[in-house]
Amino acid sequence: MSDFERSSTARVIPPARPRKLAKVPFVELADGRLQGVVSSGSDIGRVYVSSVAAGTYAYACSTNNNRPCGGARGGFCNHIGALINESVLQYGAERVARYLRVDAGDGEATAQSLTTAMSGTRPFPADSKAAASVFSRFLRHLAYLELAPTTGPLPEMQWFPPTRTVA
Amino acid sequence: MRLDLLTEPVDGLDEALAAVDAFDRALTGGLLRLRPAQAAGLAELADAVAGSPLAACAAEAAEKAAAGAASEDHFLALAAARTALLGSVHDALTARADEATGRTREEAPAPAAAEPQAPNLTAAARSWLGDLARAGWQGIDHDVVSGSAQVVSAMLPDPGLRRLAALLDGFSAELAASCPGASLERIPVRRWADLWARGMLLTLPGAAAAPATETVTGRLLPLGVDVQEHATAAQAQVHAVFEPADGGTPRLVRASVSAPKPDTVLGAGVWQLLRPHMTLLAAAGEGRSMDLTDMPVTAEGDLIWQDDHARTGEPADAFATARVALPTAATPPTAPLDRHPVRLAHPVFLEGYTAELDADDETVTFTLAGHRLAVDTDRVPAAGPLTPKAVAASGACIGLLRWDDGRFFLQPLAVETTVRKKTVAVHAGAWAGGTTDKAGAKAEKAATDAVAVLRERAGRLLRK
Repeated sequence: MSDFERSSTARVIPPARPRKLAKVPFVELADGRLQGVVSSGSDIGRVYVSSVAAGTYAYACSTNNNRPCGGARGGFCNHIGALINESVLQYGAERVARYLRVDAGDGEATAQSLTTAMSGTRPFPADSKAAASVFSRFLRHLAYLELAPTTGPLPEMQWFPPTRTVA
Repeated sequence: MRLDLLTEPVDGLDEALAAVDAFDRALTGGLLRLRPAQAAGLAELADAVAGSPLAACAAEAAEKAAAGAASEDHFLALAAARTALLGSVHDALTARADEATGRTREEAPAPAAAEPQAPNLTAAARSWLGDLARAGWQGIDHDVVSGSAQVVSAMLPDPGLRRLAALLDGFSAELAASCPGASLERIPVRRWADLWARGMLLTLPGAAAAPATETVTGRLLPLGVDVQEHATAAQAQVHAVFEPADGGTPRLVRASVSAPKPDTVLGAGVWQLLRPHMTLLAAAGEGRSMDLTDMPVTAEGDLIWQDDHARTGEPADAFATARVALPTAATPPTAPLDRHPVRLAHPVFLEGYTAELDADDETVTFTLAGHRLAVDTDRVPAAGPLTPKAVAASGACIGLLRWDDGRFFLQPLAVETTVRKKTVAVHAGAWAGGTTDKAGAKAEKAATDAVAVLRERAGRLLRK
């Protein structure tokens, strides 16, 4: 077996990179989609739930109250554009491209090249069924801030050493 | 320290690990329908514990699994057999490390009676781990992996279940990022089997209990800070020498603080999250001792930190502690169920070595009396002043002696290095309590802003 296979502390996921969260508080590569939550520019109580599916690039964007986004008719809206940008900041363009199965051609992948490559395939809108689950995952993510720290030891964390290598 | 002992073979180690690997390969393909090679792997694991009290149940579990009729209890027996084998590996490696450092270890006390804890949640966790075992790493998909989300969410608020919750949360995130398993190019075979077996055992009543057995009063001299983290949890552990006020033998202790976190809270943000819950982080960062009064401690030397039992004391140079107090300190035992090579974290002090930086892959190696020891600088947290270059330019080092992937290595916690003809100490955990360093202050500000945004969003969107 290789070193990676025989190591108890093999690093499987590179750590996320820090980014400013004001515009896009939540991004994730999960459930076969790039998905997340984008804050509305005009109403502080409103957020948009946006997603792009891996492989087909089928896209969806609606508010947390399930109203469709006016911009996402016939192509990616600005919210989806912001989502792609921030995902590249958080995970690195290569990991996002791999997850979404985008071939951005020669040269280094960037948020711009990924967006262009995906838009160029004229993707179809997806149904917005996923929005509720994405929004609930966002709320679950926020709830982590409310959990109390503990000073009892967690020996299991020995399996999770930090790494200086980022995505 | 005798580095020569660290590179000599350990009797029986390869045989024990071969049995572990045989089981791990079987688990990779899934235990639902075993191919003959997989069945042989399970039998090899069962044979390896044939001389132990687990013999009968491990043999039965291997047979039932081979026949495609394994229940959760059988999976549990296999996890126990694997854990026992790695426990023996841990013991052999610990004995070797103790010999190399000239340390004596205290006897482990008998484990306390177990109390069942949230049986519904631990049963749900075991059921998810059972699904994983049947699917195997090559068979995982989003449906199987997402089964953990509800269990983890329900367990996280209960500090008594935090160990299992933090483990499963980190584990399931790795699996989710690796779906579908069928198209994985490489699989962390031993790691995932470790996490799986650990999770299985922690679902048993009392497995995660580590009660305080006494309280201690005296002086605490920090050696350094070790950080562990996955996307949604972080723990800081301060390694220290404790000197009892009654003049008893000094002993090595740890103080831990941990918290679940959103994955966008990183680097300095982790220090900010943990800092308010343990004054020791600031004391260690500033190079001060602390005076403890009636602080609870477990038999394994884990202080159950309470700020109102500690007072910041006099300045205490970690290198003076490492040179003077560390060699005389007694070493507490490891709890029976926690015996695994990954737990090995032996505080050590080295000086008089030659440090080498490999120009290609930036790895550092120390050579002392002709013997080499690899240095894992990748484990040094990025939110701190200690860098691989500083380690490579050092003349003395406080670190943790660890073992993984067949070899011992050193995790640096602090080094002494020469800047403009003066000796300066650089600590990995120097920013634990805050920093005036320019780069550090910038990272602190960014982390504060990130948490402020998340709190604002949470305030507006949660509980509506």
